[in-house]
Amino acid sequence: MIRDRQCSRQSSAEECGSKILIDVRTTVTSTFNHRQSAHCESGVTANLLSHHGLAMSEAMAFGLGAGLLFGYFPFIRINKLPLATFRTAPGNIFKKVTGRLGIKVTRHAFKDRDLAMAELDRYLAAGVPVGLQTGVYWLPYFPPALRFHFNAHNLVVYGKEGNSYQISDPVFGDTVTCEADDLSRARFAQGALAPKGKMYCISHIPATIDLAPAIIKSIREVCRVMVKVPFPLLGTRGIRYLAGQVEKWPARFGERMAILYLGHIIRMQEEIGTGGGGFRFIYAAFLQEAAEVLGDRRYLDISARMTLIGDRWRDFAVAGARHCKGRAGENDSFADLSRILRDCADKETALFNELYDLTKS
Amino acid sequence: MFKNDVPQDKELFGDQREVCYAVDENGRYVMAESSGWDPANIANSQAWEAISHEIAGILVRIRAGALSPLAYHMVANQMDEKLLAEYAGLYCWQVRRHLRPGPFSKIEPKLMERYSALFSITTEELREIPDDPRPAMLKTVKR
Repeated sequence: MIRDRQCSRQSSAEECGSKILIDVRTTVTSTFNHRQSAHCESGVTANLLSHHGLAMSEAMAFGLGAGLLFGYFPFIRINKLPLATFRTAPGNIFKKVTGRLGIKVTRHAFKDRDLAMAELDRYLAAGVPVGLQTGVYWLPYFPPALRFHFNAHNLVVYGKEGNSYQISDPVFGDTVTCEADDLSRARFAQGALAPKGKMYCISHIPATIDLAPAIIKSIREVCRVMVKVPFPLLGTRGIRYLAGQVEKWPARFGERMAILYLGHIIRMQEEIGTGGGGFRFIYAAFLQEAAEVLGDRRYLDISARMTLIGDRWRDFAVAGARHCKGRAGENDSFADLSRILRDCADKETALFNELYDLTKS
Repeated sequence: MFKNDVPQDKELFGDQREVCYAVDENGRYVMAESSGWDPANIANSQAWEAISHEIAGILVRIRAGALSPLAYHMVANQMDEKLLAEYAGLYCWQVRRHLRPGPFSKIEPKLMERYSALFSITTEELREIPDDPRPAMLKTVKR
């Protein structure tokens, strides 16, 4: 847990100048095997681990990191709209995957921009690919329509040529480059979840890795949050709460605000980085892999049901988007939207309860 | 979602593609490329319309002399007073003051440079409302 505590304080100049202690199988290579993924953090985690010789798919990283969640927090506002999330807090996936597998991680956070960039250069010069937390708004290679102030985007920097950094951004098909100036801005974006120049790399991977207990543990964690925690805004309880709210939006806020709220939920659910269906498909993919590792076919059935739930979430997005476009049909009233959400909640309650029992057997 | 049903509604990403998880004919999960999906596109353009709507309201107030041009640049960069203050290294009340035309005209050159560097424009541009008052990001997009 000492590793995690390191994250909360800033690295000082002396600390940064210290020797880079990296003890992983393939440390010094000039190439980085870039694989595109649906979600940035699970993609970075899987790519970094694979680079260091521990082959891992993105779905496995997402599942091991217990990335799935639902939470609706109307008192936290993003661009004046209530926060709905389909995933755990940024940084958790990487932290949990590495923690559960006993992988050691080196982390730094900075106050000083120049120091942060110098430290990055030092790691790159030693041939170590480095994960960074950045603000999307300042990354020029992003499609402009997606450049909002979102500060928890993860990417891997694996090289530097002249003044530009070579970046493996997992949500892009190919590697990209970014000028030092822009990258430095992105690393020191301000506002909610400000990255404060956070960087991390893998420093040690144990010789033997036992996936099965880690998989069980992370599945249980997701189940607990989704159905066991008696907090009305979390998990399936949160979905039901949201369903109750959606019905009331038009009367409470008027039609215009109601569709803004609705559009915001759809964006959180479907906009780049979810793999579709608010991470439900990527989690279903993980359950398939888990079935293989655990040698238990019952996880395959759960996975298939998870896929259907993901499809149901997609139905919600389709009907909601019709509203946003002003093309709501007869069966698209806000009450109908709530019905879809309740359906998702019911199915997920049953599924996660069963999954929880499955991990006990 | 089946692999063959992965939507290809091009809009947001330009020529980029995102990855979706979908099931193939054997029921196995595969990663499938998608160039976008209409519901997500609609929700995204709705968010941009909300920003444009806000800008339009601000422009009216700037022309009426109630706000300084800084208000436009703030909103065009999707910021509010708090976020702008954090970026500029000021207090909220200072930024709020600079949003008024009077105090804005008296800002010291050094601070003007700080503001304009933040928005990647010149100090002259900071004093004006551009001819194309779209959100800063969308100006680079060909529509």
